[in-house]
Amino acid sequence: MTFLPLVGAMFILLIRGDEASVARNARNMALFASGAVFIFAIYLFQNFNPADAGFQFVEKGGWLYSFGMSYHMGVDGISLFFILLSALLTPICILASWESVTKRVKEYMIAFLLLEALMIGTFSALDTILFYVFFEGVLIPMFLIIGVWGGARRIYASYKFFLYTLLGSVLMLLALLFLNIHAGTSDMTILMENPVAKNIQIWLWLAVFASFAVKMPMWPVHTWLPDAHVEAPTAGSVILAGVLLKMGGYGFLRFSLPMFPEASELFMPFVFGLSVIAIVYTSLVALVQEDMKKLIAYSSVAHMGFVTLGLFTATQQGVDGAVFQMISHGVISAALFLCVGVVYDRLHTRELSRYGGIVKNMPRYAVLFMIFMLGSVGLPGTSGFVGEFLSLLGAFQVSKLAAALAAIGLILGAAYMLLLYRKVVFGPADNKDAAAMPDVNLREIALLVPLAFLTIYLGVFPQVVMSRISPSVERLLTHYHSYSGRELPKIIDNDSELVIEEIHE
Amino acid sequence: MIDFNLVPVLPEIFLAISAMGLLMVGAFHGHEVSRVLGWFSVGACFVALFLLTRIEWDSGVVLGGMVALTPFAAVLKLFVLLGLIAAIALSVRYLVQENMARFEYPVLILLSGVGMMLMLSAENMLMLYMGLELQSLPLYVLAAFRRTGLRSSEAGVKYFALGALSSGMLLFGVSLIYGATGALGFDAIGLAAAAAGAPIGLTVGMVFVLAGLAFKISAVPFHMWTPDVYQGAPSSTTALFAIVPKLAAMGLLIKLLFGPFYGLAVEWSQVIYFLSLGSMVVGAFAALVQENIKRLLAYSSIGNIGYALIGVAAASPEGVSATLLYMIIYMFMTAGVFAIVMSMRRGDLMVLQIKDLAGLSQTKPVLAYAMVVLMFSMSGIPPLAGFFGKLAVFQAAMGAEMYVLATLGVLTSVVAAYYYLRIIKVMFFDAPEDSFNDDIPLARHVVLGVSVAFVLFFILKPVWLMDFVEGASASLFLG
Repeated sequence: MTFLPLVGAMFILLIRGDEASVARNARNMALFASGAVFIFAIYLFQNFNPADAGFQFVEKGGWLYSFGMSYHMGVDGISLFFILLSALLTPICILASWESVTKRVKEYMIAFLLLEALMIGTFSALDTILFYVFFEGVLIPMFLIIGVWGGARRIYASYKFFLYTLLGSVLMLLALLFLNIHAGTSDMTILMENPVAKNIQIWLWLAVFASFAVKMPMWPVHTWLPDAHVEAPTAGSVILAGVLLKMGGYGFLRFSLPMFPEASELFMPFVFGLSVIAIVYTSLVALVQEDMKKLIAYSSVAHMGFVTLGLFTATQQGVDGAVFQMISHGVISAALFLCVGVVYDRLHTRELSRYGGIVKNMPRYAVLFMIFMLGSVGLPGTSGFVGEFLSLLGAFQVSKLAAALAAIGLILGAAYMLLLYRKVVFGPADNKDAAAMPDVNLREIALLVPLAFLTIYLGVFPQVVMSRISPSVERLLTHYHSYSGRELPKIIDNDSELVIEEIHE
Repeated sequence: MIDFNLVPVLPEIFLAISAMGLLMVGAFHGHEVSRVLGWFSVGACFVALFLLTRIEWDSGVVLGGMVALTPFAAVLKLFVLLGLIAAIALSVRYLVQENMARFEYPVLILLSGVGMMLMLSAENMLMLYMGLELQSLPLYVLAAFRRTGLRSSEAGVKYFALGALSSGMLLFGVSLIYGATGALGFDAIGLAAAAAGAPIGLTVGMVFVLAGLAFKISAVPFHMWTPDVYQGAPSSTTALFAIVPKLAAMGLLIKLLFGPFYGLAVEWSQVIYFLSLGSMVVGAFAALVQENIKRLLAYSSIGNIGYALIGVAAASPEGVSATLLYMIIYMFMTAGVFAIVMSMRRGDLMVLQIKDLAGLSQTKPVLAYAMVVLMFSMSGIPPLAGFFGKLAVFQAAMGAEMYVLATLGVLTSVVAAYYYLRIIKVMFFDAPEDSFNDDIPLARHVVLGVSVAFVLFFILKPVWLMDFVEGASASLFLG
């Protein structure tokens, strides 16, 4: 599964011929390969047993015997959806760059398939070092995608992205190595069951936190994200927002919470503080942005604030909500960047002031954009609502103050998204060239409609996702609270599906 | 009775005889045959390699206690020979292009190779010194091989003067050790070092020996010669310097520290600790401002020696195998990088500024992508081979509870990533300049191909090489 995209990449590498035909064949081949991966991911989803909270489809093999490391892959309810998300977004990215990427198409497609392989690998690795290999390997294609196909300040952005992430990650590597020596294994399933002593946990937690907080990104190490987003090509932004950011949250779930439960409990107020600052501060920053991509990038940081808030509550609702929020944000923010890409392809600017009144000439675009905008705001009935609401619900049980402050972020979020929408879609059509833009074409509809469908579908039927996440989360939390010294908060209704249905009534 | 068993040194003997034979051929036929001689010396290395794999790797001490072939030495010799093959193969065409095709060149490399192999087998301080000098003297000549070039001569003289100084220090150390223990054989020294209350002269002598060897591997603060010599020497010589002698000298260092000086591990571990730290920091920061690619690679090699020394400082079997792994992976990467550097020619001139690489991804995509793979590997990004070298040394450091060193190590590796990235940036993001010449010989492609393939596919079966180096390092700890 992981290596299927690589096969596609290999084929693309072999494509020869004149430039136009190479580009065409590379596009087709990349789409075909990523489509095949997506079908395979659906198959995985179908065969996934929701009742089993442990890992399924486990593969194991020898690899670095002498270091106690092995090739160990598997999927549980949490990682399943991240894999689906990666498999869904890659073909969309390839379609999104169908026309906008004209130079070095072959290399571009190879980079994306490589990226897909590494992303899926990250989400299914069950060995710490193997995880690190995938996690860190992502930097290579992403660096090239931003640096080669990016915008004007792409070099600065790609450096910043690379070095920030690397700095965080190497500290994590040390922690993982320490863990490997200390516990004598790097198998995540074993490490999760047997946390180390508390004083060691604190150091390891900090080192691992450094890595995931950068990746997430959390305030104050989020500054690479706006730069990277603005300079990356549309598809790069989509993958970055859609999947790469989730690696941070996924890492917290896989490492921080289960392996260092006592340290996580200890640092909970600290994480809450950072999350609340992220939510409020970056929302305010987003309000004054003139660049569409930057605005959405800051909104991503704010949304990720909800995720960290939810994760570290270590309550069933909070963690469920956080995972859901990540998935929903993966869909919505990806779609928002695609929307920006659509108008950017036509006008080649992301300045808000250059647009306006395009509802007249692009009505279909306006509708699609609205769905995603409302999803991002968290309107009930969209997937954005479920995640944010559950995260807040979880946070409320642990810290009323944090929840109250984070709720302010919701209002600010509505403010900047509506502002964005008003400035771009409504308002006077002062700019002639913006008023002359043609509406979305078939390819763009094919990109956006599935995402729009998902946004609403997941908002109305969250249990499709929830029923698979919950058992894994529950298992994680039972384990967590056997160390945290905190009683697992009494859940009003043990079945979170019902909670959500109540909300909808 | 003197045991006259020559089998353990058969590869060395063969190489020495071929070198002399080729010298004779060269002397009679002149410089026209230098290319042929080059390929013959590659062949000689292959034969030596073959001989090496045929003989028994655990010979015991022979020739009056002078030499012994241990599995450790054998593994190192194997890679030294591979490195020599790469270095000679890279040089043949280059010398023709640069109008320096003289028949002495491959002969000198072979002789230096004999020195390296002998010092790896040495069981006696005098044998060690002889091997080391036999290794170094041809290298001084090779550094100054472009006789008409000012920089090359300067490099040769500088290398010779500083090299002689370091040899002097080493010899002085040996004499102190002899004074303190009355022995030159490794076994006897080892016994004296392990005994309680080792004489102070032994410790001081050991530090001098260490300083001499630190010069050979260019560890900070004995690194001053490296950038100038790398830059000044002809590129083919620089490639040789970067690929082979450091591996041999590192092997020798390990052999000494874990052999005769193992009893003094507490003392030397600290010395190595600071050598390693200094090298990593200087290597990372000084390389940031370099404009010449050979100078950059010189600082990068200093930094890499720093990482490799982490494993030595750990003073454990895991540490030794980590260092070996690191050095071998580094050797493969460097060979590839130099294959590219030597192809940076426009017209009749070498162009060696980093900015000359601009736009290489468009003018020479194959070279550019190979370089990308090598650079990411050098900066230690998985899933490339360079990552596993770093993984191994950091793992060893964590195992030895050297958290500070490991942390500083990873931090400097981030700094180092910056200048590797700069090369990628120049190649990919900058507008192209004129293309390099197209006449890249087959040998260079082969070396580059092997290197890149090694870097890319190491992850699939890392155990092959790892079992190999672990066997080698385990043999050190048996005695």
